[in-house]
Amino acid sequence: TVRCSSALTPELKSTLDKVVSSNKVVLFMKGTKDFPQCGFSNTVVQILKSQNVAFETINILENELLRQGLKEYSNWPTFPQLYIEGEFFGGCDITVGIPEW
Amino acid sequence: MGVTKEQVESSLKAKLNPSHVEVIDTSGGCGASFVVEIVSEQFEGKRLLERHRIVNAALEEEMIEIHALSIKKAVTPEQWKQQQESSNSVA
Repeated sequence: TVRCSSALTPELKSTLDKVVSSNKVVLFMKGTKDFPQCGFSNTVVQILKSQNVAFETINILENELLRQGLKEYSNWPTFPQLYIEGEFFGGCDITVGIPEW
Repeated sequence: MGVTKEQVESSLKAKLNPSHVEVIDTSGGCGASFVVEIVSEQFEGKRLLERHRIVNAALEEEMIEIHALSIKKAVTPEQWKQQQESSNSVA
C-alpha cells in the first residue's frame, strides 16, 4: 500500500477544528450512539452514558475521507476516537482505563 | 496473511526494549486482532495517551493490517513491580 497524498485536506482540518471545539465531548465512532456497529465503539458509548455525559457522535463508516483524515488529524490509527474540550483524549482502552470517570 | 503474534512481539522488543511483553492473538488465527501488555522504561514520565502513542508508533507498519489492537497495559518497570506485588498479596 502506497499512500501518495494526505486525506487530511486543509478544508477537512478546519471542519474538524470546528467540530471538536464547538462540542464539549465528541465521539467519532463506528455507527451511532443508538446503534453502535463495533464492540469498542459500544464500550465507549456505554461509559459516557453511564456517567451522564452529554456527547455528540459522528459515524465514520459513512464517510471514508473523514475516516482516513481523522487518523492523521488525531495521529491515532483506530476508532473510536474521543475528543473532550477540543483535545484528543484517546481510544477505547484509554477511556476504559480512566478510574475517575 | 495478516500479522503474526511473533511479528508484533519482535517489533515491540526492537523498538521499546521492554522488560516484559505479552502479546495475545485474539483474532482466532487471522492475525488481525491483538491484546498487548508491555513494560518499558520508555513510559517513564509519560501520560497514558502518550504511552499508547508510543506503542502505536512502534507498530506503525503492522497497524496497516491489524484491525484491532488493545493495549491492556503500558506501564513502567516500577509500576509493574508494584502491580505484581499487590496481585500476589491478594492471591
